[in-house]
Amino acid sequence: MRPRWKTVTAAAVLALLAHSSGATAQEKVLRVAMTAADVPLTTGQPSQGGEGLRFMGVTVYDGLVNWDLSSYEKAAVLKPGLAESWSVSDSDKTVWTFKLRRGVKFHDGSDFNADSVVWNFDKLMKRDSPQFDQAQSIQGSQYYGTIASWRKIDDFTVEIKTKKPDSVLPYNLANLYFSSSANWEKLGKDWNKVAFSPAGTGPWMLKTLVPRERAELVKNPNYWDPKRIPKSDRLVLLPMPDANTRVAALLSGQIDWVEAPPPDAIPRLKSQGMQIVTNQYPHIWPYQISYLEDSPFRDIRVRKAANLAIDREGMVKLLGGLATPAKGMITKGHPWFGKPTFDLRYDPKEAMRLLAEAGYSPSKPAKIKVIISPAGSGQMQPLPMNEFVKENFRDVGIDMEFEVMDWEALRGRRRAGAWAPENKGMHGVNNSWAFWDPDIGLLKTAASFEPVPTGFNWGRYSDPKADDLVTRAKLAFDPEEQNKLLAELHTHIVDQAMWIWMVHDLNPRAMSPKVKGFVQAQSWVQDLTPVEMQ
Amino acid sequence: MLLYLLRRILYTLPIAIGVSMVCFALIHLAPGDPLSAVIPEGASPEVIAELKAAYGFDQPLPIQYFNWIWRAVQGDFGMSIMTRRPVLSEVGPAVVNTMILAVAAVTLGFGFGVGLGIAAGYTAGSVIDRIVTAISVSGVSVPHYWLGMVLIVIFAVNLGVLPAMGMGAQGSATFALDWVSLRHLILPAIAMSVIPAGIIARSVRGTVIEVLKQDYVQTLHAKGLPGRRVFVHVVKNAAPTVLAIMGLQLAQLLGGSILVETVFSWPGTGFLLNTAIFTRDLPILQGTILVLSMFFVAINLMVDLLQSVLDPRIKRA
Repeated sequence: MRPRWKTVTAAAVLALLAHSSGATAQEKVLRVAMTAADVPLTTGQPSQGGEGLRFMGVTVYDGLVNWDLSSYEKAAVLKPGLAESWSVSDSDKTVWTFKLRRGVKFHDGSDFNADSVVWNFDKLMKRDSPQFDQAQSIQGSQYYGTIASWRKIDDFTVEIKTKKPDSVLPYNLANLYFSSSANWEKLGKDWNKVAFSPAGTGPWMLKTLVPRERAELVKNPNYWDPKRIPKSDRLVLLPMPDANTRVAALLSGQIDWVEAPPPDAIPRLKSQGMQIVTNQYPHIWPYQISYLEDSPFRDIRVRKAANLAIDREGMVKLLGGLATPAKGMITKGHPWFGKPTFDLRYDPKEAMRLLAEAGYSPSKPAKIKVIISPAGSGQMQPLPMNEFVKENFRDVGIDMEFEVMDWEALRGRRRAGAWAPENKGMHGVNNSWAFWDPDIGLLKTAASFEPVPTGFNWGRYSDPKADDLVTRAKLAFDPEEQNKLLAELHTHIVDQAMWIWMVHDLNPRAMSPKVKGFVQAQSWVQDLTPVEMQ
Repeated sequence: MLLYLLRRILYTLPIAIGVSMVCFALIHLAPGDPLSAVIPEGASPEVIAELKAAYGFDQPLPIQYFNWIWRAVQGDFGMSIMTRRPVLSEVGPAVVNTMILAVAAVTLGFGFGVGLGIAAGYTAGSVIDRIVTAISVSGVSVPHYWLGMVLIVIFAVNLGVLPAMGMGAQGSATFALDWVSLRHLILPAIAMSVIPAGIIARSVRGTVIEVLKQDYVQTLHAKGLPGRRVFVHVVKNAAPTVLAIMGLQLAQLLGGSILVETVFSWPGTGFLLNTAIFTRDLPILQGTILVLSMFFVAINLMVDLLQSVLDPRIKRA
C-alpha cells in the first residue's frame, strides 16, 4: 500500500506544480516603476504632466488625434485616433470638422460616437453640465484653451470652433481624452468612483487602483486598432519617487522597467545585464532669460557669449553620456530645427571677445542671478550641472549667482514672469522645457504677445520677426507648410540666442533583459502595447 | 484617577490647537504655491483663481485657518490637492500601514534593547558591557535610511532573498500575516528598529545599574533570594523608566520615518508626508500632522497611566 500512496502524493504534487507554473506562464505581466509619487488621475485627463499622459493617458484612453509612436529614428508625428479625418473650413479657418471612427467601443461596452465627444467636451469646459469635473478640467486646460465651441453634426461627425485661427489644434487634441458617459452614469455620476473603475477606449483597461501604491491595467482584446492590442496581458504601474528604490527594485527582480534611473546607477545596471534604453525626445535644459531693463541679456553679445561659454561635451560627460549637446531649443534632425547660422559650440575665446565688446571682462564681470532647483521633473542633475555652467561662465567673465528653491516654487516663479515683484533682480530661470507641440516649444515661448502664465514667454522677449513667424505658423494649416515656418522661427531664435540652451536629456529607462519589443519613440509619451515579457 | 484622565484629555485640546497653528503657519511660510503642482502649463489666471477658490486659498490666512479647524473638528479634513480624495481616506490607511511597521520595529527594538541593556547593566564595566555600549551607540548614530539602503543592497539586490520595496505582493491592500507579506516587513522594520534599540539599551543599562545599587537589592541577596527572583525585582523597578522611553519611541515611529518609508516605498504616513511636502499638498500635510500629533499625545497619556499602574508611588492625581 505504501508505495502506492507515495506515487499518488508525488503525482498530485507534480500536477499541482505543473498547474501553478502553467498559470504563471500564461499571463505576461509588465511591472513599471514610475517617478511620480502617486498614480496619475485615472478618470480621463491625467495629472502628473508627461508621465501621466504616458501611463494613464495613451494607455487607457485615445484622443481624436493620436501620436504615432512607432519610430525610433524620427520625431513622433500625429496620426488619426478616434477621428479618422479632419478638415478646416476655407472661409475663416476657425471651423473644424472631425469625422469619427465607427465601431469603437468604450471598455464598459458602450459606443463611442459624436455624443461622446460633446459629452466629454462638456465635462471639461461646460461648467454647468452635470458631468463637469474640475479635476479633469484643470488638467485639460492647457489643451482646450483654443476651443470656442463644439457641436454634433451627425452621429459620426463633430464640429469644433476655435477662438482664433489655430493650426496647432490637432496637437492639442492629441492630449484630450474621452471617457464613457454610460460608465459615469452607472457609477452614480461620481467621478471619485469612476477613478477606481474608469472606461476609456484605449488599448489597456484599468482593473485595480490602490491610491499611491499601484494601478493594474489589463489588455483590451477588443481594441479598435488590431495592430495595437497589447502583447502583455497585464501592466502594473507603481509610483516610486525615490530613484535608488526604483533601481533596487529592478535589480532585485520586483519590477521589470524603471523610468529615469540615476546616471550613477547605469554602470551597475549594465553590469547586471539590464537594458538601458535611450533616445532623443523633445526636451531641453535651458536658462530662460530676462529681457527686462536690469538684465545684461538685453545685449545679444552677452547672450551669444553665454551660449559659447558652455562646454556642453563636458556636461554630457558629467551626465554619464545620458544627454546630447544642444544646438538650439530643438534637437538636430527634427523637422523644426531649421538652419541656424549661430553654432552653439564651446568657444570661450569668442565668448570673451563678445563680452569685451559689450564692456565686460573676467575682472569686470557681467553679474547675473538665476533661479535653480535641486530636483524636479526633467531637471536632470540640476545642482552639479548648474555649478558646471557657473565655472564655465566665470572663465569668460560672467559672474552667476543662484537662488535655489524647490521645484514647485521654481515653477511658480516661472509662471509669475520675470517682471513679477518676487522675481526682481533675477535674470534667468533654469526650468527644463519640452517642445512636444509647436505652442509650448516655439510659438508661445517666442511671441511677445504670449506672456506667462497663459503663454510661455517668461522674460519679455520681444522680436517683430519672431512675432510675424509665430502669426504665420498659426495660420499654416498644411503640416508641411507649418513645419517650414516653425523651422524658420527656430532658426531665427537660435540666431538671436533667445535663451541659453545647454543639453537635451536622452530620457533613459532601464529594463530587465526579459522585456522585449519596446521602441522608444522620440516623444514624452510611449507605446507600451508592443512590449512583451519573455 | 478618572479626574486625572479627564484633565489630561482636556490638555490635549490646547496641544492640538498649538500643533495645528504652528504646522499651518510653517507650511504657509515655505515659498511656493500650494496649487503649483496641479496647475498645468499655460493655465489662465481664471483657472487658477477658480482652483484657489475651490480650496479656499483665496481667503486671508487667519480665515483659512479657522475654516480648516472648524471643519476638522467636525471630522472633515478637506480633500487632497493632488488626488482630490478626502484627506482622511488617505491618512487612515497610511496610519495603519505605519502602525504595522512601527509595532514590528518597536518589538524588535525593544527586544534587542532590553536584552542588551540588562546584559550590560548586570556586567557593568566588563567586556560585554563595552561591546553592548558600542552597539547601542552605533545604533543611535547610524543614519537609518542609509542602513535601509545597505540592507536593500545586501538582502534584496545581491542575495535576492528579500524584497526591496513595497508592502506585500499586491501592495498594502493584500497585506496579511503570511510569509509573502512578512518578507516585505523585515528590512524596513530592522532599519527602523536600530535607533529605539540603541536608546532603550542605553537607558535599560543605566537603570539596571542604578537599581542594582539600591539597598533593597542587597537585602534581597542577603536574605538568600535566588538570583532569578532578584532579577524579577530589578526588572520590575526598572520598568517604569524604560516604559516611558519606549512610549516616546513608539510615538516617534508612528510618525513614520519619512526617509525609511521612502527608501522602502512603504505606503505609510512618512511616505505620505514626503510626497505631500514635494507636491505642496497642504490639506494632506495638515491632516497627517494633526492626526499624528494626536497619536503622540495619546500614547504619552497611555504610558503615563501604565507607569502609575506599574509603580503606584508615581501619583497621578
